[in-house]
Amino acid sequence: MSERATLGGGGHIAAGGGLTVPGFRVARSRRLHLYVLIVSVIVVAVLASVPMWAQVGTSRTMITLFGLVALAQMWNLLGGYAGLISVGQQAFIGIGAYGLWFLADRLNIHPFVAVIGAAALAALIALPIAPLLFRLRGGYFAIGTWVFAEIMRIIVSNIQATGGGSGTTIMSAAGIPFETRIPGTYWIGLTVAVGSILIVYFLLRSKVGLGLTAIRDDDLAAQSSGVNIFRSKLIVFVVAAFGCGAMGAVVSLNLLFIQPSASFSINWTAFAIFMVVIGGFGSIEGPLIGAVIFFALQQSLSQHGSTYMLLLGAIAVVMATKAPRGIWGWVVQRWDLHLFPVRRGLVIEAPPERAEPAPPESASA
Amino acid sequence: MNWVNIVLQGILLGGLYALFALGLALVFGVMRLVNLAHGDLGILAGFIALALVQSAHLPLVWSSIITIVLMFGIGYVLQRGLLNFTLGTDDTRPIVVTFGLSIIIQNGLLVAFSADSRGLDAGALENASIRISNQIAVGWYPLLVFVVAIVSIATVQLFLNQTKLGKAFRATSDDREAAELVGIDNRHIYALAMAVALVTVAIGGIALAIRTTFDPSTGPFNLIFAFEAVIMGGMGSLWGTLLGGVVLGVSQVVGAQAFGTGWGILCGHAVFLLVLALRPSGFFARTVTA
Amino acid sequence: MQRRGAGLLHGGHAGVSILELQDVDVFYGDFQALFSISFSVEEGQTFAVIGANGAGKSTMLKTIAGVLRPRSGRVLFEGESIDHVSAHKRVGMGISMVPEGRRVFPSLTVHENLQIGAYGGRTGDWDVASVYELFPLLKPLAKRQSASLSGGEQQALAIGRALMSNPRLVLLDEVSLGLAPVVIKRIYEAMEALPARGTTILVVEQDVQHVLTVADRVACFLEGRISLEGAPRELSSDDITAAYFGM
Repeated sequence: MSERATLGGGGHIAAGGGLTVPGFRVARSRRLHLYVLIVSVIVVAVLASVPMWAQVGTSRTMITLFGLVALAQMWNLLGGYAGLISVGQQAFIGIGAYGLWFLADRLNIHPFVAVIGAAALAALIALPIAPLLFRLRGGYFAIGTWVFAEIMRIIVSNIQATGGGSGTTIMSAAGIPFETRIPGTYWIGLTVAVGSILIVYFLLRSKVGLGLTAIRDDDLAAQSSGVNIFRSKLIVFVVAAFGCGAMGAVVSLNLLFIQPSASFSINWTAFAIFMVVIGGFGSIEGPLIGAVIFFALQQSLSQHGSTYMLLLGAIAVVMATKAPRGIWGWVVQRWDLHLFPVRRGLVIEAPPERAEPAPPESASA
Repeated sequence: MNWVNIVLQGILLGGLYALFALGLALVFGVMRLVNLAHGDLGILAGFIALALVQSAHLPLVWSSIITIVLMFGIGYVLQRGLLNFTLGTDDTRPIVVTFGLSIIIQNGLLVAFSADSRGLDAGALENASIRISNQIAVGWYPLLVFVVAIVSIATVQLFLNQTKLGKAFRATSDDREAAELVGIDNRHIYALAMAVALVTVAIGGIALAIRTTFDPSTGPFNLIFAFEAVIMGGMGSLWGTLLGGVVLGVSQVVGAQAFGTGWGILCGHAVFLLVLALRPSGFFARTVTA
Repeated sequence: MQRRGAGLLHGGHAGVSILELQDVDVFYGDFQALFSISFSVEEGQTFAVIGANGAGKSTMLKTIAGVLRPRSGRVLFEGESIDHVSAHKRVGMGISMVPEGRRVFPSLTVHENLQIGAYGGRTGDWDVASVYELFPLLKPLAKRQSASLSGGEQQALAIGRALMSNPRLVLLDEVSLGLAPVVIKRIYEAMEALPARGTTILVVEQDVQHVLTVADRVACFLEGRISLEGAPRELSSDDITAAYFGM
């Protein structure tokens, strides 16, 4: 991650009349990022080792954390980077859950493999839905995603084969002995969480990513600069569906039991919004922090049910109005710290001694 | 089953949906705010009316009136005290804040009233029906609600077209800064618009509470139906929300009859998606920004 | 060409200008648009402000109207600071602005636009009938939605709307921009009718020649500062050109 991407006028541009313009380089990474990379690898290695020495309960709890991390990243990808505020991602979480059940229990694909299949299914369904939803803007787009989630929930609830409204157990997964199932689910969960961060990271470093920042800042200007808005939004929407589908599959694998009211619950959106509002929009670090904080809160408070949700809502409202940039936003403002090198910086080379004035006939531009 | 009866039921149901849609459309028209807590606020009104009837032992009419007046106040304070600060160029903040509000209201109601289903009792009114012919009858109550919806839309439309304040609403909606330059205080106008919207949604909430059972989690459904009615009707058109509501109501009722109760609502959603695909600007889209 | 002295018309305080700016600095974020602007306008005067694009003329008008606030310095209306007064309240005090780009309310009819102009609630001579007298071209358009009007018609409407609040001070921001000469002539005729009623005009213009024929005083803005100020008859066109372009 510490390679330099160079672009632009390296060297010096000689203009007629003896002036030199300093050359410039567009660079992305600095030494800090090398350290972050090293630390991240260590952290992931430690996390990966957990099932080998920790209790089963710990592993299963950590899987919830991984799910939350992935959810926060995907929601932020949509909302913080592409400006698409969705309150319907639970549609894809549910599709991931029921997709897993279908592929594993009905098509007899190994549950661990079926996770990817479920995610792919979510992405596939997102593809035709997106153009429809994109006809709506802002708050209406948000409600539109909610409608879509509702549609999915109703359909699944009405199909007897899935167990209808009462839900069903993922039998094929339950059949795996837990010495294999728990670590396996854990590592898949860890992969999904790390994968979600990597997907967002690489997407943002790509051309699509640059276009996204432009779109978020100014739709019209972005379009006139040649950014294909529709394509960029579509890619982001499908990727977010994939991520949420994967997350839904993993969470279901962990719980072994799925139910429409839970898999398609609006609470997933509430959690996502809370995590991103607390942690900070529009960065990779923000949702990560938000996920960890929310996870901690949930572990300690969630048995209080409605009061707990009420508190969540109130905190989200207060933070969104008073501290809209979230915790990480505050950090960035204070220390201009960026752990993940997704932004591009302009590096100006110092100009050399003044060049000899070029003869008029051969002045170069 | 007589299909004419079914369709009539659907049409009248559309009146209820239009009542919910009216406030949503008004607030969006005046200040481009999509209030995700809109449905929950309607349910809140239902619970307030219920509490007044059950605890204060007030007759339904009085508790309805008090609820409506209360909701006007709540709307004004909510907008002026919170939502005005979310308005601006950023789309995210109003959505996040109103969504948070939705969660707060739902869970607050859960804590205060528990998850039990409730209903408001309007006595004989609820079940009486009017015979139109040998085959066709319409419920008294749904007809009443439909008429109330028409009157509400007409009143708001008249208000916007004929009164000084209504024109101030339209001017603010057109150009907020220019409105300031003629002396209009947009913070006040926005708060009034939300207050009016909550009055209409309170009427809708109470109407719903009488017609059927409700509980703290009913809010989002009403939001979705209101939203579908607004989109299908065409943004910027208040009468459009009536048409949108009717199309939705008919789709739901016919769907339930044809495919089974569980599928009725899904039919409504399907029709909505169809309209979104084929005629995204709705039936009555206005070309001049409102 | 008419010349009026700065008179004590309609109850102005003796010796106190109707409008005064003292060392006003205005910023857009980190960008400073106005640097220590100071000048005063006497009641009944027609005060012109000229300058190139981006010189800060519109910014200055918006600050007086209350749409923008100075970071430092004071804006005094009739001797009292109005910096804490919000824009919509300033209308009630007698300040009315015709904004750049006309900005009539598109979904309202011509008649409704004028009606809403009176929302600020000041009483006086101006009403819909007298506006129609000033701009007869608007009368047949009364029921038309203002979005369908031509540029010149909208400009007349915008001015009429501003007058409906019976202002003591009218701020005109580039009213001749993009209009045909015939229309501009009509608008200037209307402008000349105002001082007779004691109304003070502060007009920002690109069309230097035209505005100097009606102005009592002129100030030239250059990159956020005043580069020249005086009565048009005392300034040579070389002076003005130099001040305009900063030479």
